[in-house]
Amino acid sequence: MSETGQSKPKLAVWKFASCDGCQLSLLDCEDEFLAVSEVIEIAHFSEATRRSVPGPYDLSLVEGSITTPADAERIQRVRAESRYLVTIGACATSGGIQALRNSRDVGEMASVVYASPEYLDVLETSTPIASHVSVDFELRGCPVNKHQLLEVILAFLHRRKPNIATHSVCLECKARDSVCVMTAKGIPCLGPVTQAGCGAICPAYNRGCYGCFGPMESPNCAALSAQWKAMGVSDVDIVRAYRSFNGYAEAFRVESERHESI
Amino acid sequence: MDMRKPSEWKVSAMNQSDGLSNRSKKTRTIKVDYLARVEGEGALHLEIEKGEVKDVKLKIFEPPRFFEAFLRGRSFREAPDVTARICGICPVAYQMSSCHAMESAAAVRLPTPLRELRRLLYCGEWIESHALHIFMLHAPDFLGYPSAIEMAKEHRDKVEMGLRLKKIGNDIGILLGGREIHPVNVKLGGFYKVPNARDFTQLRTDLLWGIDAAEKTVEWVSQFSFPDFDQDYEFVSLRHPEEYPMCEGRIYSNRGLDIEVREYEEWFEEEHVAHTNALHSVIRGRGPYFVGPMARFNHNFDQLTERSRQAARNAGLDGRCANPFKSIIVRSLELLYSFEEALRVIDSYSPPSVPAVEVNSGGHTGYGCTEAPRGLLYHRYEVNEDGAITQAKIVPPTSQNQKIIERDLARLIPQFIEQSDEQLQWKCEQAIRNYDPCISCATHFLKVKRIER
Repeated sequence: MSETGQSKPKLAVWKFASCDGCQLSLLDCEDEFLAVSEVIEIAHFSEATRRSVPGPYDLSLVEGSITTPADAERIQRVRAESRYLVTIGACATSGGIQALRNSRDVGEMASVVYASPEYLDVLETSTPIASHVSVDFELRGCPVNKHQLLEVILAFLHRRKPNIATHSVCLECKARDSVCVMTAKGIPCLGPVTQAGCGAICPAYNRGCYGCFGPMESPNCAALSAQWKAMGVSDVDIVRAYRSFNGYAEAFRVESERHESI
Repeated sequence: MDMRKPSEWKVSAMNQSDGLSNRSKKTRTIKVDYLARVEGEGALHLEIEKGEVKDVKLKIFEPPRFFEAFLRGRSFREAPDVTARICGICPVAYQMSSCHAMESAAAVRLPTPLRELRRLLYCGEWIESHALHIFMLHAPDFLGYPSAIEMAKEHRDKVEMGLRLKKIGNDIGILLGGREIHPVNVKLGGFYKVPNARDFTQLRTDLLWGIDAAEKTVEWVSQFSFPDFDQDYEFVSLRHPEEYPMCEGRIYSNRGLDIEVREYEEWFEEEHVAHTNALHSVIRGRGPYFVGPMARFNHNFDQLTERSRQAARNAGLDGRCANPFKSIIVRSLELLYSFEEALRVIDSYSPPSVPAVEVNSGGHTGYGCTEAPRGLLYHRYEVNEDGAITQAKIVPPTSQNQKIIERDLARLIPQFIEQSDEQLQWKCEQAIRNYDPCISCATHFLKVKRIER
């Protein structure tokens, strides 16, 4: 099936501004990694191998956000060399935690934190990959779920649609029989507006969801915020909750700005 | 467009075909545009003139992410979740250093059972990170493979053993943290939820297997061939009178440093060096120093278990190691120790009465220093009366080691100067990987040249 006429499809893994955690998820597939490497040619994956095979690639996985002029150009090249391009993780799909700078004056941040201006060009914003090139699929999560990652890789290599749910975390709580932490324990939870995928870990550990997978398909953030306020959560803390790893995703961004202006 | 091309491995050497005369008379330039099998984005630049090293630069071009800047204004309670995102390889280290910093500001000490659970979680991260580095990133250098994937074709049993060891580390992270990368269950004062003793049943079986497998790992890697490269280093690590250091202890060096965590910035400073985007740490008035498993091992050999000490002696390391190429043995010894320590914790476990103790904000300064898999990780926070962070300082291990790595390269190259560029380059890469550098960590506080609109 390979674009390049070889028997094994070629996979490339690319890194932009990120923590490396999402590409590490591939190496965290301890039970599957060697089997995967037998049916797929790992053609470029710097974290794992010195060997690098030139493109084109059948599938590129892209981790990280665009924060420098050089990276804004590099992603164009990655796109040009890739039949399918899938972004993995909150940085690549929404700009990541480093997009917190987008709501602040970057010049001020630089002047406060960086005493001597030096050798690096940075953009004013941290933006998702899809703001720069067309993306064939966005896999959410901070970090991604490794089982979802394997599903996406296999789906693209078999040219089918990945089976990734876009409903909220609430359904995952129901599926694993977790009691609702908001109604039963009065713990503020972003689960109703956050996309599933993690397996609803936090409520199972007695904490509210904190939004690692970003907004679900049709989030009603205003209604959830009203409930939080009724529970006594301050606007400052509501802004903080929406403005984290996926704070630059539109639904969360709009909701945080709404509470900032109150 | 002449951008860096990660898809290409570029070795450029002037007059490459001239052979020896080239090596002795002309300039050889070796560039590795994108270092592989390290975490994050780095490059190496070497210039050799007339057989002498003229220039060695470990360049870090990982983009800045401004963590210390955007932590300002966040709640002090968010520090563990936010700083975890500095590094997907060692998120627990960031969580532990930030928790200890905030707890020190509030003068809170954790009761023993909670402290023990943190230690168990840290064992999980050491196991995962060390097994990843030993088997997937470092061993291929010694055996001459570009990666563990090729290595698996001839050493499949070893790669499978490494993956299983690594997985047990991740299983600890999942059990105690909810997931292996960016655990959700860590909070100031302890955990959101603590396990029952019966939750450890399967883990106990796995740990028993892991102890034996880790011991075999020590034997295996100690048979690798190592260049003769003992150096005179100033090692810096935590030292604790009763345990091998993870979360607590005094900052200690083999040249007389013995200080409280809160004194860190009085003794260490960061220098800005032109070619790199991370800062170099030095001991004031003394210069570069070495953090990581070798520093811990040299300072805390007496705190290892008897079985780990015996494995060290069998591997030819009787409490001392000054050859960074042998760091793979030391990492394997810490792997063995982590399995034994994890087993000790679960065998003596009785659930704490509360999952977490209360930690208040107080308008104080907090200091935290713990041992990440790759070395000392220092955090300092100023928190205001409303519980908002007003200042943050984070010094990760790789920025502390950067200067030592460059010095190693400068001293190593003369030994291998007669080798081909490809061989010399590989040897240099291996010397960098001796430190298990985590470049994503090292660069969250980069210098900025300009901001483009």
